Parts: sequence; structure tokens; C-alpha cells
Amino acid sequence: MPGVPKRRLDLWLRPGKKGRQRQMSRFNFWELAKNALSAHENWGRQWRAPEPKGEYDVVIIGAGGHGLATAYYLAKEHGVTNVAVLEKGWLGGGNTGRNTTIVRSNYLWEESEGLYDHAMDLWQNLSQELNYNVMYSARGVMMLAHTIHDVQVFKRHVYANRLAGVQNEWLTAEEAKEYCPPLNISKNMRYPVLGAALQRKAGVARHDAVAWGYARGADKYGVDIIQNCAVTGIRRGADGAVEGVETSRGFIRAKKIGVVAAGHTTTVMDMAGVRMPLESYPLQALVSEPVKPCFPCVVMSNTIHAYMSQSDKGELVIGAGTDQYISYSQTGGLQIPAHTIEAICELFPMFRRMRMLRNWGGTVDVTPDRSPIIGKTPVPGLFVNCGWGTGGFKATPGSGHVFAHTLAKGEPHPINAPFTLDRYRTGRLIDEAAAAAVAH
Amino acid sequence: MLLISCPYCGVERPEIEFRHAGEAHIARPAEPSKLTDEEWAEYLYMRTNPKGLMAERWRHTHGCGRFFNAIRDTVSDKFVTVYKMGEAKPDLDQLLVEAAQ
Ligand SMILES: Cc1cc2nc3c(=O)[nH]c(=O)nc-3n(C[C@H](O)[C@H](O)[C@H](O)COP(=O)(O)OP(=O)(O)OC[C@H]3O[C@@H](n4cnc5c(N)ncnc54)[C@H](O)[C@@H]3O)c2cc1C
Ligand SMILES: [Zn+2]
Repeated sequence: MPGVPKRRLDLWLRPGKKGRQRQMSRFNFWELAKNALSAHENWGRQWRAPEPKGEYDVVIIGAGGHGLATAYYLAKEHGVTNVAVLEKGWLGGGNTGRNTTIVRSNYLWEESEGLYDHAMDLWQNLSQELNYNVMYSARGVMMLAHTIHDVQVFKRHVYANRLAGVQNEWLTAEEAKEYCPPLNISKNMRYPVLGAALQRKAGVARHDAVAWGYARGADKYGVDIIQNCAVTGIRRGADGAVEGVETSRGFIRAKKIGVVAAGHTTTVMDMAGVRMPLESYPLQALVSEPVKPCFPCVVMSNTIHAYMSQSDKGELVIGAGTDQYISYSQTGGLQIPAHTIEAICELFPMFRRMRMLRNWGGTVDVTPDRSPIIGKTPVPGLFVNCGWGTGGFKATPGSGHVFAHTLAKGEPHPINAPFTLDRYRTGRLIDEAAAAAVAH
Repeated sequence: MLLISCPYCGVERPEIEFRHAGEAHIARPAEPSKLTDEEWAEYLYMRTNPKGLMAERWRHTHGCGRFFNAIRDTVSDKFVTVYKMGEAKPDLDQLLVEAAQ
């Protein structure tokens, strides 16, 4: 640009040549101070925008949090760096950038406790691990019980979790109010609060930062993240094994393919002729105008379809239920968030006059047992990580970690071994309908 | 909110009167005891989940109470046609051709 002096710092931050370990700035106090001197105009790109190569050892379809985390751990833990992550839109633009960011691990069955608590362990140190602030905030997630049935179900969850060493505790209505003062525990409500299950180390994290942090980390190891590259076909050889993917940017050869396409998994798996037990529904969320800090934790209510937290910007982040019909429109009916808002106003009367700023939808891939599918498929070389439905953000680090293992070794990690596609044939379902916490 | 025509009542009503009832034309096995595990999995769990035209069941719960079928585009959410139970599934390829005209 004429008039603007070429700054040396800018050159230094510019990505290096392909194949070499990239020189990338680490975020630390020294970098911050240095960049402050040039008014923060010279922070370099966080990842490259490479042209696709002709061939990769592993091609991952979908640059959401799960796909990017998979690529990161493939490179970091398994030394598999000849990897491409293909994304039809922009990275993190799917459900990763649309969710309400709740992180918790108090699911019912041992298989799920293993999986979600593995992710919970990784969340603890994730910002340090990635040198990227994912803003994980362990402010506690409280799940409200409004009926005798809720009380019994949640207590069962608390007992099961404690036997498995997973944090979860039962609170009376008064204790719940003490933990979250805006909560209305009046006996006159249509669905009075009878108690709550609390996981203290649960909380929220910044969804975009998780995608960006993993993208930056994977790119550093040489993984190619290729945006605006839609996969349109999966090519298979005479032996049935995968050969590569047809994309909007040409054919790309691949020894192994990992499908991590959330709501679009059926569409992608159709390309390889594999039937999936998935249905894709709209799931909506909305945020209010920003206000001063006033809401200390995350509160979820399964029974009246509402959950809420306050972002660091001050907005109330509110999750609604799924629409009833299959749709890829990334939008849903207004009656769904309206119903949620009614519940929020009853639970937290102080928010009755708040204005809502934005409402949006994602496309969530729901399995019959509300548990994910992570593993092999009948097609040699084709692997899938899907079915996270309404609740996969919390699992992002753990999911990527075990799926990377599965792709690298060709066999599942013990943690994801139960989450096979084959379980719908054997009948060993992992039914988390009660714990999934959003009405489908 | 969707507006849905019930083929029995012959009127267009708001979605809250209806319940979605999943993919249409999934036939109950004629001889359940002869089914393999694969066939059971296919019947119980595998779904077409199409991005595009979909044949689906609806029930006019707060109206006549009857089940009917519909063809809807899952990208635009627009209904292409509705038809009564027992009527044959329309040819989706043909519908696509007609829609393009
Ligand atoms: C409104 C809402 C609220 C939610 N709230 C929570 C919550 O509070 N807590 C929680 O744990 N979970 C929550 N979830 C669920 C969570 O967002 C998802 O389970 C999780 O983000 C899935 O991550 P992913 O990386 O698998 O999918 P995505 O981020 O959707 O990534 C998949 C990517 O694949 C790409 N893709 C698809 N097809 C192709 C193709 N043919 N070629 C190339 N790329 C393709 C897509 O563009 C997309 O970017 C919520 C979801 C929604 C919609
Ligand atoms: Zn009717």
C-alpha cells in the first residue's frame, strides 16, 4: 500500500513456506507490549490459506471445533501432519460458532461419563495448551428440577456420577437460589423449582476461540486448513476403500477420510453409500442486549425448555429447544424461542424487560440414543465423528483427542470404543435422552 | 412458523396445530421374526434425512387428529404437496423437474 512503510515485524509474522515448521508469534506479555507500539496493526495471520495439495494422509471433512481439534491432536500426538481440513464455508461457521457454549460432564452412563469427563479434563488446561485464551470459565452449571420425576431423574444422575468420580451434587431450592440469586423459587410458579443438580466445575467457554485456537495450533504443525472447499463426492476404489474426495476445488487424494460434518453428516456419508441413524433439526439460540454482570452461573431447565448464562460482553445467552421437523435451513419457528422466553421470564423475573438482540439457528445431527458416533464405518479408510446433536461443544477437546487416535491407529481409543455405528445393530445403545437436556 | 395444509380438513393452519411424525413410507416388517439384526437396525434407526425434498408424516393433532403425508423441501422448508395416508409416494425426481419449470 503506498504511503505505509513496510514493517519488519509484519514480515516476521508472515507465514513461512509450506513444509517448514512455521514461525509464529506466541501470545505473551512481551508480544502484547511489542504490538502495542504499532497500535496493534501488525499482528500476523493466525493460520495460512493454502492451496490444496494433490494428496494427504488424512482428509478431515468439516472445520468445526471437532474437526480442527482432531487435526491438532493428529499432528501433535501422533505425528500425522500431512493432513487437510476441508470446510465448505468458513472455519467455525457451523454449530461451533452458533452454540450457547455450555461445558459440563454430568451425563448418566459410564460410557458417556468417560467421554465427557475426558473433555472436561482437557478443558482445564486448554488455554495454556493452545496458547490461546478459550475463556473457559468454571462458573457452575445448575440443572433445575420442576417435577417429582425431574427430582428422581436428577438424583439418579447425581448418584451415578458420584460413583463414577464425576462431580455433581444435589441442591434444595433454597440452596439453588443462594447459588443463583436471580432465580425465582416461589411456590406459585406454574413449574416451581423443587431443587437442582449442580456441577461446579462446569461452565462456559468462548466457542469461536476454541475453533480459532485449534486452527492456529493445527496450522502450526503444518496442517492445511482449506476454507471455501465443499466436499461433493467420496471416491472409492475397486476394493471399496476410499481413494479421495471430489471437492469444489478439484479431486484430492486421501488415504483416510474423517467425516466431522455435524448436521450435514448424512449428506456426506451418502456420498460413500453409508446409511446413518441421524436426523438433522434446527436448534435455536438468542442473545439479549448487554448489561452489567448480574447472572453468576449457567442455569438449565430441561422441563420448561430454557437455559441461560451471561457472556463476558454482558449479553444473556439463551438456548431454546429444537424445532420438530428436519431442516437444513439454519433457522426455525419463532414460537420456539418465544416459549423459551416465557420460561426465562418466569424463572428470572428481573429480566422481564430485557430486549433481545439476535436470534439464530444451527443444524444439529441427532441420533436415536442422543449419544455421538465416533469410529469406523463399513467403508475401509472412512471414519466418522458425528451425532453430537444439541450438546457437542462441551466435548470438543475430548472428541478431537479420541478421534485423532482412531484415525491414526485405525482402531478406536478405549474411551470412544463404545460409541460405534454398529451399536444400532447390536442394540448396545447409550441412551442419554434425559441427560442431553434439550427437548427434541 | 410453518403454515401447513391438512388434506383431510382442506385448510391451511399454523404449525402449532400439528405434530411432525418422522420420515414417511417406512414399512413395518411383514415378518418380524425373520429379520436379521441389520434389517432391524435399518427399520428402527437408519433414516434418509435428506437435504432437499423429503417425504414426511404429520399429524393434525389439534384439528382432525389424523395422520397424513407431505413432501417438503428441507432447505427452504416449503411444502411441495400433501397427500392422504395410503396414497402412493409422489415421484420426487418428477417433482424436482416440475419445480424447476
Ligand atoms: C443453538 C445451538 C446451541 C447449542 N448449545 C450447546 C451448548 O450449550 N453446549 C454444547 O455442548 N453444545 C451445544 N450445541 C451443540 C454444538 O454446537 C455442536 O454439537 C458442536 O459444535 C458440533 O461441532 P462440530 O465441529 O462437530 O460441528 P460444526 O461446527 O457444525 O462443524 C461442521 C462443519 O462441517 C462443514 N461441512 C458440512 N458439510 C461439508 C462438506 N460437504 N464439505 C466441507 N465441509 C462441510 C460445515 O460447514 C461445518 O463448518 C449447540 C448447538 C446449537 C445449534
Ligand atoms: Zn386436519
